[in-house]
Amino acid sequence: MNLSYLTDPAHWDLSAPGGIPQLILSHLGYTALALLLGVIIALPVGLYIGHTGKGSFIAINAGNAGRSLPTLGLLMLMVTLLGLGLLPVLIALTVLVIPPILTSAYAGMRTLDHRVVDAARGMGMRSWQVLTRVELPMALPVLMSGFRNAALQVVATATVAAAVGLGGLGRLLIDGLAVNDYSRVLAGAVVVAGLAVLVDLFLALIQRWIVSPGLKGS
Amino acid sequence: MKRFLTAVTLALALTACGTDSDPLAPSTGTSGAAGGAVTVGSANFPESQLLAEIYSQALEAKGVKVTRKFNIGAREVYLKALQDGSISLLPEYNGALLASLSTGGVPEGVSSPADVLAALKKVLPAGTEVLEQSAAEDKDTLTVTAETATKNNLKSIEDLKAVAPTLVAGAGPEFAERHQGLKGLESVYGVKFKEFKPLDAGGPLTVNALKDGDIQVANIFSTDSSIVANKFVVLEDPKNLFLSQNIIPLLRSEANNPTVTGALNGVSAKLTTENLTSYLAQVQVDKKDITVVAKAFLTENGLAS
Repeated sequence: MNLSYLTDPAHWDLSAPGGIPQLILSHLGYTALALLLGVIIALPVGLYIGHTGKGSFIAINAGNAGRSLPTLGLLMLMVTLLGLGLLPVLIALTVLVIPPILTSAYAGMRTLDHRVVDAARGMGMRSWQVLTRVELPMALPVLMSGFRNAALQVVATATVAAAVGLGGLGRLLIDGLAVNDYSRVLAGAVVVAGLAVLVDLFLALIQRWIVSPGLKGS
Repeated sequence: MKRFLTAVTLALALTACGTDSDPLAPSTGTSGAAGGAVTVGSANFPESQLLAEIYSQALEAKGVKVTRKFNIGAREVYLKALQDGSISLLPEYNGALLASLSTGGVPEGVSSPADVLAALKKVLPAGTEVLEQSAAEDKDTLTVTAETATKNNLKSIEDLKAVAPTLVAGAGPEFAERHQGLKGLESVYGVKFKEFKPLDAGGPLTVNALKDGDIQVANIFSTDSSIVANKFVVLEDPKNLFLSQNIIPLLRSEANNPTVTGALNGVSAKLTTENLTSYLAQVQVDKKDITVVAKAFLTENGLAS
């Protein structure tokens, strides 16, 4: 175990273009963009399927198919089709994000206590109000676990961006391997793992904050 | 040509006989049964296999028995096989071989073909030797599209100096940190690019990025068939920044004799970067069999009938 690259203060210079802080920043950038795109695409679809019960077949199968796509292979295919740049990386990572969010949104909506939904309807709530005031808050714990799952996967997988000339913590892995600098590879692995834990802790805090206290007892 | 080569071989054989003090030593004449079988090995990439097949057929044309053990693996593996005697001959690259044999890497001043060969001869493992090196090189190049070359009037790396700050370069990630890369380009030629994109070492990513215009200057190997196929322009390297990588036969001394030397030196004399590139393209692009391409090389260059 050679941690010299990780512990060298020169590699933690905040303004150095190839320094670890800058790489963390770009890494989190890819992660956030992919998560955002994934949520924009998968959340409405998942909620709709869960709310109406229509098309659950699609949700489950699309989710499973998405999980089985190798991200690196998809990335290389996208680069062949679209050329270099951020877009191929975002597409590959978004495909990774969609399945957990889609299936958790669907599952969260399906496993609700139907008596509560019926009661809400009985009180005269419209479909939209049932969704936003009853179903969504009650589905949040499941939804958030899906989101955290997606975030963890993307933080770990965003390293592939470096394979096609972009930044992120994958630079440490790929450049380190290219010049036989295993201390650098180790530094990359450690920082990615640490970042994944921190991101998950952060999301756990957010979950505690946004989930209704009434749901936490169960 | 064939008659000339036979004469050379004969002359070499006679010289050998003259200096050979042991009359019972195996005959090294032109009888055909020259010194038993030669086991030809190769590395695990198409160019090495093609060269090994060319060597094999050239030897067979001179009546030497050949056993083929191609596609062995990386240098670490096949050098061991050469040293333990499981193979006796293989095509090598003088610069890469020198780099792998010298501890601490190749000194920065050594890069021209002659310097590399001289340095290589000093570090060869005991019991092995190299023959004459060919002019053909599979080395690092800076390559641009024909369009970029005409627009900026680029012929050599020296011409890049003025326009480099507007160009994006692409290569394997290691290129950024090597003397034979961005560091040397800056210190030897004063070339500093606008941006460097770490891609793959002369692989499809780099070639496609150059084709698509994502990068304007690419580090591609000199015999890559994409250069001919896309009419790329290879920039000259007048200051020899990139280590020469001349193709050279490496063999066990016990397998060598004048017939073998003559056959292999005949191949080396005919190999050029241009003809190797086009024959390799027949293997990689046209998907022809290496035995067919090797035969074509030998007959078209008068080395076999």
